[in-house]
Amino acid sequence: MQLVLEKRAERSTKIAIASPLIAIALTLVTMSILFAILGKNPIAALIVYFVEPLTDSFTLMEIAVKATPLVMIAVGLSLCYLANVWNIGAEGQFIMGAVCGSYLAVVTNGTDAGPWVLPAMLLMGAAGGALWALIPALCKVKFGANEILTSLMLVYVADLIMDYLVRGPWRDPKGMNFPTTASFDPVATVPTLFETGRIHWGAVVALIVVALATVMLGRTIKGFEIRVVGAAPRAARFAGFSSNRLVLFTFAISGALAGLAGIIEVAGPVGVLQPGISPGYGFTAIIVAFLGRLNPVGILIAGLFLALTFIGGEGAQISMKIPLDLTKVFQGILLFYVLACDSLILYRIRLIATAKKASHGVA
Amino acid sequence: MVNPASASSPSARAPLLQTIGISKRYGSFLANDSVDLDLYTGEIHALLGENGAGKSTLVKTMYGLIQPSAGELRFLGEKLELSGPSDARARGIAMVFQHFSLFDNLTVAENVALGLDGSESFAAMSARLAQVSRDYGLPLDPNREVWRLSVGERQRIEIVRALMQNPKLLILDEPTAVLTPQEADQLFTVLFRLKSEGRALLYISHKLDEVKRLCDTATILRGGKKISTCDPRQETAASLARMMVGAEIGEVKATSARASTVPRLLINDLSFEPDDPHGVYLKGISVEVKGGEILGIAGVAGNGQDELFSALSGERIAPHEDNVIIDGHAAGHLSVTDRRKLGAAFVPEERLGHGTAPRMKLSENALLTGHAASDMVHHGFVDKPKTLETVDKTTKTFDVRKAKRDPEAASLSGGNLQKFIVGREILREPGVLIVSQPTWGVDAGAAAVIRQALLDLSGRGSAVLVISQDLDELAEIADRMAVMFHGHLSEPIAAADATREKLGLLMGGASPAQAEAGRDREAVHAIGA
Repeated sequence: MQLVLEKRAERSTKIAIASPLIAIALTLVTMSILFAILGKNPIAALIVYFVEPLTDSFTLMEIAVKATPLVMIAVGLSLCYLANVWNIGAEGQFIMGAVCGSYLAVVTNGTDAGPWVLPAMLLMGAAGGALWALIPALCKVKFGANEILTSLMLVYVADLIMDYLVRGPWRDPKGMNFPTTASFDPVATVPTLFETGRIHWGAVVALIVVALATVMLGRTIKGFEIRVVGAAPRAARFAGFSSNRLVLFTFAISGALAGLAGIIEVAGPVGVLQPGISPGYGFTAIIVAFLGRLNPVGILIAGLFLALTFIGGEGAQISMKIPLDLTKVFQGILLFYVLACDSLILYRIRLIATAKKASHGVA
Repeated sequence: MVNPASASSPSARAPLLQTIGISKRYGSFLANDSVDLDLYTGEIHALLGENGAGKSTLVKTMYGLIQPSAGELRFLGEKLELSGPSDARARGIAMVFQHFSLFDNLTVAENVALGLDGSESFAAMSARLAQVSRDYGLPLDPNREVWRLSVGERQRIEIVRALMQNPKLLILDEPTAVLTPQEADQLFTVLFRLKSEGRALLYISHKLDEVKRLCDTATILRGGKKISTCDPRQETAASLARMMVGAEIGEVKATSARASTVPRLLINDLSFEPDDPHGVYLKGISVEVKGGEILGIAGVAGNGQDELFSALSGERIAPHEDNVIIDGHAAGHLSVTDRRKLGAAFVPEERLGHGTAPRMKLSENALLTGHAASDMVHHGFVDKPKTLETVDKTTKTFDVRKAKRDPEAASLSGGNLQKFIVGREILREPGVLIVSQPTWGVDAGAAAVIRQALLDLSGRGSAVLVISQDLDELAEIADRMAVMFHGHLSEPIAAADATREKLGLLMGGASPAQAEAGRDREAVHAIGA
């Protein structure tokens, strides 16, 4: 018997929906094996990871808080990936958005600035992320530089810039030498949605982003352009769509969304600018984008699921002493399986009986 | 186990390879429906059929690329199960594909070495390559890089590569599709020689004249089934075509009211560096196409036709804005979209991936070129009903056959997709239509529909420029013809004066004056060398 991949005549919509579910199932199996190797009871570990966080209103809200930046970033990334543009540097754009938006919070700190501060911070955050993203985009368009490398390397540059600022010029004078800015004023803070819990208006912004992206991809000529350039570049050129223009456009949009997510994160749940504002949101969002089928609504669901792994991972560390790094392992394995299962959308696996080698005789 | 060698004491007419009741099923689709075929040594056997008739599936089964769902192969009377092409080659079955699989940057010898099993040294292999190519009159320099070679020479590599395995059966998939008439004649000489050496040849084609000239037996497939096996020399081209299509093919007719005097498309001294380092320089191309006229551009592929098409469509911007003039507007610097807005329309050679996005629905592919100059887009929003309307209209007017209302482009057969692409452009009533290889790989029925549509469009006063390798097609529809060679375009000649011989010489690089005097054999030989 032989396993072969056979091309399907049309992409299978059923598999397109089932593929992430198969991937999740395979990931859970693999994780169980890992838990067992670590000497933990796999069933108990999976319950701590995936069930317990769903039984408590506080952790449910925490999931929404974690999902907010993931979804916003992943929607932006999905536009890039649909257009075959590989922005891997959302983490850096997230940080630069946080830095640029925080500038206003830092300079108006303790002054009588009005309610214009927060909207202005959001704008500057989005602009900061977009400009940071345009660096690799321009390098690609002008010099043909590989955007995967340049966008990724700029993550570390952004990280160091933030590090410099919070340890240097922006450090809170009353902060006992901790590398952090002063706590943001109320006018520079994203308000929470409810009296209790940390869930904030950023979650609503994320939902709006999902809705807008759905409309753009499904109904507008721009969305069509993005899909054609990614799916059939030569046909796109024939249609009169410029791929260079689209590289700039998708990088700018995804950078802006990552930047917006960054400033919302520091002006919301965190409340100060400091190192470690992101547990790798920009990278995890890549998994979210693919797990969500590069579809905004899918991304919303995938974002909540990945947020669950962050919360569940913390729970597992506390109650079962399972290392937090295992969460990253989980996310990596998940991406691996998602990409593998995706080939089933265009191909089917078939078992084929091969000729018996014994009958060859003398040639 | 029986030793096949000992079993092969063939009577005079024992078949070399038989397919017995071969069926191949893809899901619910039956690509081959219990096909029986006998191939004999010393015989050229034609496999005829329209696109989608199941020819490729059948030969791929013989070459071990596909496992049949039912039925079996017999080689010299023995049941044969092929695990793959290398297995087929080991048995002496070789194939020359329609699309070459050569690496442009490697030399001839390196390319050939890649296809062999590597049991002999590179030097020995090179020497044998030179020897085989000399023996068969297929001259090749083993040390030349492939990108320097003409299409005809590239095909020689594929043939020599197959011959170096000393095959008992050679399968050729539409080998003359890319050759000039003179090159095709040379190929036929080689094929006759192979036949006289006692090899079996399976020749896939839909050029009926060729088959009548060359082949001893013809098997006709239609809809996956064998329709008949006959002696093509006893049949007429019309009777063969009837068996292939299953119906009479309507002749295309020009509508009256032709050729105004106003040029609607002007190309002025267009010289152009290629994008691709292996591309062709366009050198001072000038020609005009009047309203109501079809201008045909003949030539062997790879002589600058692709570069010309992209310069005319605006996929590449011309050096000067008056290099291309569409209906009186200098368009050389305009984008594809702006040229479409001037009333130009384009049909590229490649259906999948260039003319359409394969994995997108037809309605989205209607939008692909329709967004420029129609009411499919309002304030950035796509009017989906309008795009579907275009699909429906095209389907109806051009008889596009498909499984559902709005399938993915890739799921249509070549002929139906081409009818959709041509139809999508013609429904916009373009003033200027530029179309490349309009019926390449398209079945006879669809080809007739497309050619008629081009004639009708020019009959309504549009200027139509057709780039084609198919001289019969150009003879059928063009008013004037020019030939591309090495990036030059010859002076157009009236279709009535364009004999095959004259065009063939121009396609081989002779000047028009030489072509005029070209009946002398010297010139023909000069090209062959």
